[in-house]
Amino acid sequence: MSPTQKSNRKLLTMLILGSIGMFGFGFALVPLYDVLCDTLGINGKTQNSASTYDSVVVDKKRTVTIEFVTQVQSGMPWEFSPKVNQITVHPGELTHAKFEVKNLSAKNIIGQAIPSVSPGQGAAYFNKTECFCFNQQPLAADASAELPLIFYVDADLPASINTLTLSYTLYDITDKQAVSAKQGAAR
Amino acid sequence: MSTTTHDTLDNAHDEHHHGAPKGLMRWVLTTNHKDIGTLYLWFSFIMFLTGGAMAMVIRAELFQPGLQLVEPNFFNQMTTVHGLIMVFGAVMPAFTGLANWLIPMMIGAPDMALPRMNNWSFWILPFAFTILLASLFMEGGGPNFGWTFYAPLSTTYSPDSTALFVFSIHIMGISSIMGAINVVVTIVNMRAPGMTWMKLPLFVWTWLITAFLLIAVMPVLAGVVTMVLTDKFFGTSFFDAAGGGDPVMFQHIFWFFGHPEVYIMILPSFGIISAIVPTFSRKPLFGYSSMVYATASIAILSFLVWAHHMFTTGMPVFAELFFMYCTMLIAVPTGVKVFNWVATMWRGSMTFETPMLFAVAFIILFTIGGFSGLMLAITPADFQYHDTYFVVAHFHYVLVTGAIFSIMAAAYYWLPKWTGNMYSETLGKWHFWCSVISVNVLFFPMHFLGLAGMPRRIPDYAIQFADVNQIVSIGGFAFGLSQLIFLAVVLKCIKGGKPAGDNPWQAADGLEWSIPSPAPYHSFTTPPEIK
Ligand code: HEM
Ligand SMILES: [Cu+2]
Repeated sequence: MSPTQKSNRKLLTMLILGSIGMFGFGFALVPLYDVLCDTLGINGKTQNSASTYDSVVVDKKRTVTIEFVTQVQSGMPWEFSPKVNQITVHPGELTHAKFEVKNLSAKNIIGQAIPSVSPGQGAAYFNKTECFCFNQQPLAADASAELPLIFYVDADLPASINTLTLSYTLYDITDKQAVSAKQGAAR
Repeated sequence: MSTTTHDTLDNAHDEHHHGAPKGLMRWVLTTNHKDIGTLYLWFSFIMFLTGGAMAMVIRAELFQPGLQLVEPNFFNQMTTVHGLIMVFGAVMPAFTGLANWLIPMMIGAPDMALPRMNNWSFWILPFAFTILLASLFMEGGGPNFGWTFYAPLSTTYSPDSTALFVFSIHIMGISSIMGAINVVVTIVNMRAPGMTWMKLPLFVWTWLITAFLLIAVMPVLAGVVTMVLTDKFFGTSFFDAAGGGDPVMFQHIFWFFGHPEVYIMILPSFGIISAIVPTFSRKPLFGYSSMVYATASIAILSFLVWAHHMFTTGMPVFAELFFMYCTMLIAVPTGVKVFNWVATMWRGSMTFETPMLFAVAFIILFTIGGFSGLMLAITPADFQYHDTYFVVAHFHYVLVTGAIFSIMAAAYYWLPKWTGNMYSETLGKWHFWCSVISVNVLFFPMHFLGLAGMPRRIPDYAIQFADVNQIVSIGGFAFGLSQLIFLAVVLKCIKGGKPAGDNPWQAADGLEWSIPSPAPYHSFTTPPEIK
């Protein structure tokens, strides 16, 4: 091999490794994105595990409006709605809310609700001590159920935010329920 | 690899040292950079006409409000495949073809550094596009989710043929990466002695930087289509909220590729224009080193602006501002380039042969595209402009009157070197004037459609947009037909014409003009002396 060919080989190897590295980087963007959104609390994702409620101070001077929005994945034969569409709470106050869900089909279906808070910056201040979204919701044919949510709004919520919209989307995960859905629910 | 040796007395490999071998197998087996350049350029032109035919379908449907010619789903397939073909089939292969033809001649190398890989990187392309085009005829139709294939359009709601779409993108990506690697190795290792970095022609510089962009982002594109594939067919949930994924993340990953990609499609143009303007102004390029640094800074900044495509996804304010300012910052090095070209022309003894006409039109019209880009970069304004025809106008100014015009300019400029004959200046001028008038009738009114609120990628529209759409469509048909003149020019020039001589432009500078025209099958088998 001539010296040129040798250095060609070397550069070729480096560049191929570089491209493989960038292929991996594309996939690394996925956890990176989640970590960034988590730490910065920027894309409306709420935490997916129960928070505890003790010695939380209630700020009686301030009120925050909480709106509930529900959606069902298109084509999924369920009805899903909040019992009340809107409530007013004080930051720090523990509040109960209820949602109703009904399986309109003649099949047993497993649903999974995914929450999202808007504006996104408010998500980090929305704490759920109990939520049906932490679990999968199996519903027999024609059955209905009442789904509980217990939450409080952190007193540190930035003053510019007066309204938080909590949106739930229900997905049919009957076919997926195996591995991926469990992971999703756990996250 | 005998093609890279400098040994002209090597009888055992006789066929490599004379003219080209004959017959079809010459093209299939060739490792010659000029042959491969020619293959790329013809392939790109065929794709340009194919994608153009789809644009004609789009404009015919939009000639009138209402649905008359095609089904909405087919319309969506046309916009999608038009975009994919023009980006990956027309513009990118044209640049790779020019790189193959020109880079070895410009740096005094006998060929590309990795000739056999070069053959592969071309020959997998026709397969990729055959697969993509064939998917249009499958049951359920071809890709219909836009060239940006946002999830969940491309995952939950896409046709079964999406697997073919993904596969074809993989092949295109591998082809581009191999092409880019070849360019880097050639430029780094094969420069003639004395060809120092700051003596490299700007086309070589811009391509070197483009090649690094390609190597950095094409694998990310491959990654994101793979995620779409597994989300759709193998039950993963990268972009599916039901499984813990996030559809907005698709856009982040896609545009991390996508924005550098748009610079992949313009940096080589900057190199071409920087070669042509000095020749026809009869002055050396103004600000050579600032051109190099401007290109490099554009490339680096291009990694920091991707979310300007996502202002309306509900990002936090600080992110909106960050991406807005970074985007506006790119206008600075871009402005440096435009300034340098104008300064090069200033007080030059200018003449306006066809390559120069295209180059001057590039400078003016690309700048218009840059300005509309700046308007789009203003976050609150983009809330209005996003997903309207204003965006369509913007990217067609930078891509058609930018990238494509520069490719046309390059073709006219180097055709005499490639064929040994002068092209017909009369026909060339006809091609230019027809193109430049029709392209503005086609794309300029789109700005107003967008400002008035006409959404992009829609087969039907409200009747108040009817008149302007009709004008746009007429411009479109005229522009499409004008390109047939170009085909005629090229065919005529290959057949014959006034002999070009080594340096038909007299004032043209560069090693490629020091060898005979047509460029011999093997050039610079012994490295030239660089003054
Ligand atoms: C001064 C330089 C530029 C600026 C400030 C700029 C800015 C922008 C912005 C903000 C958008 C997003 C618009 C929206 O979707 O609402 C956009 C879209 C686009 N730009 Fe540019 N741009 C510039 C130059 C270029 C160049 C040089 C190219 C390619 C050669 C290009 C190609 C595109 C394309 C293809 C899109 C649309 C992508 C799509 O949604 O399909 N831009 N540009
Ligand atoms: Cu961009």
